[in-house]
Amino acid sequence: MCTTCGCGQADLTLDGHPHTHGHEARPGRRRVSLEQSLLARNDALAAQNRQWLAQRGILALNLVSSPGSGKTTLLEQTILRLQGRIPMSVIEGDQQTSQDADRIRAAGAPALQINTGKGCHLDAHMVGHALEQLDPPAGSVVMIENVGNLVCPAAFDLGEAAKVVILSVTEGEDKPLKYPDLFAAAKLMLLNKVDLLPHVRFDVARCLGYAHRIRPDLEVLPLSAQTGQGFEAWLAWLQAARALAPRA
Amino acid sequence: MHELSLMEGMIEDLEAEAGKRGFARIHRIRLEVGRLSGVEVEALRFAFGPATEGSLAEGAELEILEIPATGTCQDCGAAVEIAARFEPCPACGEGFVIISGGTELRLKDLDVE
Repeated sequence: MCTTCGCGQADLTLDGHPHTHGHEARPGRRRVSLEQSLLARNDALAAQNRQWLAQRGILALNLVSSPGSGKTTLLEQTILRLQGRIPMSVIEGDQQTSQDADRIRAAGAPALQINTGKGCHLDAHMVGHALEQLDPPAGSVVMIENVGNLVCPAAFDLGEAAKVVILSVTEGEDKPLKYPDLFAAAKLMLLNKVDLLPHVRFDVARCLGYAHRIRPDLEVLPLSAQTGQGFEAWLAWLQAARALAPRA
Repeated sequence: MHELSLMEGMIEDLEAEAGKRGFARIHRIRLEVGRLSGVEVEALRFAFGPATEGSLAEGAELEILEIPATGTCQDCGAAVEIAARFEPCPACGEGFVIISGGTELRLKDLDVE
């Protein structure tokens, strides 16, 4: 039985709503006012995750992108470069297979694979259990690699300190306009695969213009997980974010 | 894409709520859905049927109140309604609109017995 989220219990409550009326059994129809976000349960679990992380001084980032943007390669290279400096672990979300978690472990970091089956995104409930099981050390960094999807992960808070969106130059430069919710929810955009820029039609300035139209204060770091170009700035961002991670 | 899981989660919450508030049937559910909530109203309607099947809300009516996206222009200060997040201010044609309404995704009320 889960003690933190109440799953397996029949009495899950709608968080934040006082249950002070409506108990008397009256015949006939009546109206029950709820005024409750449909995401309330997820948001409540996300707040629990956030507190759990803050108590341990752990920085958690939610990595979101389309499939094939290079998230796992980016993580492998980040782990290799930070080895011995920052303890890092990874929660991998995919519909099927544990191939990504296997790659992360091979790179030298603890990893836990969540298979969402039909699910198109991770939610706070899954991540809460993953954190308990992974049990990352205090002061470490947890990377949550979300299911490759530019739509649904925008709506589901996992308790992370920030969302990081990865866009690769082999995709369309207008992705920020096509999927504005996700870009609006992100704090940092990593523009990946910039080593391929000479070979593809991708107007970086236009892409950044679109991204900043959606979120004017979006930070952007161009890099290549394949060649290591731009990695110093990304690692510096990560270290600064870790220093600023909320602590309870 | 996540409309089905939202609807399934809602029904789970309502099944639990039924015991606390003393109702056994839900006849109507009213939702408020903002234009910028990232949710497709038609997909919600489509998911509602399968999600309610066999539940206390089976056969219930789903009423969706759509909330327009509104905000204030950073440049000209006008209070405006917009169609999408990235749209420039319709009043001055230039400025970035700080969104203040339209991201709602709320369960408003229920008709029950």
